[in-house]
Amino acid sequence: MKEMKFYGTALPGIEIEPYPGKLIVIEGTDGVGRSTHVALLRTWLESEGYAVLDTGMTRSVLAGRGIKNARTGHTLGRLTMQLYYATDFADRLENRILSALRAGFIVLTDRYIYSAIARAVVRGADPEWIRRIYGIALVPDAVFYLRMSSAEALARRVLASGRGFDYWESGMDLGLADDYYDSFIAYQKLLLKEFDRMSGEYGFHVVDASRPLKRIGTALRRSIARLIQEAPPQLAEVTKPTNVSPIARVPTPAPASTDEQVGETDLREKSA
Amino acid sequence: MISYGHHRYPGRLFVVEGTDGSGKSTQLTLLYQWLKSEGYSVFFSEWNSSPLVKDTTRRAKKRRLFTPTTFSLLHATDFADRTERDIIPPLKAGAIVLADRYIYTAFARDVARGCDRAWVRELYKFAVKPTAAFFFRAPLDVATERIASARPQLKFYEAGMDMDWSDDEEESFKIFQGKILDEYDSMRSEFGLTLIDGTQPIHTQQRQMREIVGRHLRENLKQKAVPSK
Repeated sequence: MKEMKFYGTALPGIEIEPYPGKLIVIEGTDGVGRSTHVALLRTWLESEGYAVLDTGMTRSVLAGRGIKNARTGHTLGRLTMQLYYATDFADRLENRILSALRAGFIVLTDRYIYSAIARAVVRGADPEWIRRIYGIALVPDAVFYLRMSSAEALARRVLASGRGFDYWESGMDLGLADDYYDSFIAYQKLLLKEFDRMSGEYGFHVVDASRPLKRIGTALRRSIARLIQEAPPQLAEVTKPTNVSPIARVPTPAPASTDEQVGETDLREKSA
Repeated sequence: MISYGHHRYPGRLFVVEGTDGSGKSTQLTLLYQWLKSEGYSVFFSEWNSSPLVKDTTRRAKKRRLFTPTTFSLLHATDFADRTERDIIPPLKAGAIVLADRYIYTAFARDVARGCDRAWVRELYKFAVKPTAAFFFRAPLDVATERIASARPQLKFYEAGMDMDWSDDEEESFKIFQGKILDEYDSMRSEFGLTLIDGTQPIHTQQRQMREIVGRHLRENLKQKAVPSK
């Protein structure tokens, strides 16, 4: 069981108690294959016998629909958009994520607060301000950052998926360039820079997303298996402490630094 | 991001605050009429009025989906849209904006619901600091009496029924309004709110308000806003 730890101010009305589940975040810019890996991991974890909840941005009951409608009209102002996303996040955190973690689920989330922070910062939000707003977030058990170093490579991925460029994914609201392609490249470059900046701050496990899908999947499964092995998720009723970790080097207090060690062994990019 | 107190616009922003039933909306309407008749270009901005957010709020209230945090965040979203759309542009153009409820409403309500004081203030840091903010203060029993006679049924969140303070709606409403009033009182010095005694006759309150607003208006505002006159 792990103590609930929040980045900043904990949510009001939330009982802070140890939880038996695991919160695993898959982060990365558009087109790196996050949702594919979430789906693969879910199947794998369920076949291993673990209950899984997967969630992602704009999937809240409260604000999901409102955000989608507002995005369609391209009428969202910058601040409004950032706060709408924060509302969506808080609703999922309180009503879905925390309850699933208490019940011993493995929660896989496609993006977490980091994408939201990166998007806000490249749109001119005060980096400290947006971090404090997201101070309500629970510190996850692990954050895997699927990293592509080149925006051009991301663009090829997006095209290969057959979706084409989306207005918001291309950052067209920022007025960085006249067409979708140039804007996508410029926008994603800014995002990549923000993600790199957050990598150390939040202790991301950096995964080289340019590698073949299979290899990335294997690396993710290996890291997650280790995480589970250290402190397996349990039913919520079990109250006895479970510090019977076979691997001595990971106590739980500061996930930012300790998680990094786990990541470095097999997930760090080999060459820059 | 420009934050509270750092916006510099030629226009003027006046806001009214106070508990439900304090008489603030009546006063703001009277002020609006006066400013109009004086030849100013005046815009109204109401709490909870963003077209992008309204439907979400309405649905969430009906289905009771809110927690104190999401209540706070969604209202901040609504307010951000109003700021970007209805408040900053007219202020830039040199007009007068009148706001029925402003960030202090959120500070009072959200903190009464248990949100962290500093966090809520941080949330609204992007807001424009008003030229003057009037706090219409009416004693609790006067305010609740006005609401009770004006409305057949209190709404769920309005009565603070989400907080489990009491099973009785009226009781819960009184507890909630009491907490809100305490928050307003503590904000008077923090934000320099201008106190107006809401138990005075309506025209007395209006006279006080016009006197203060008048001090902040200059002829050039008139000319800039209405070039044809």
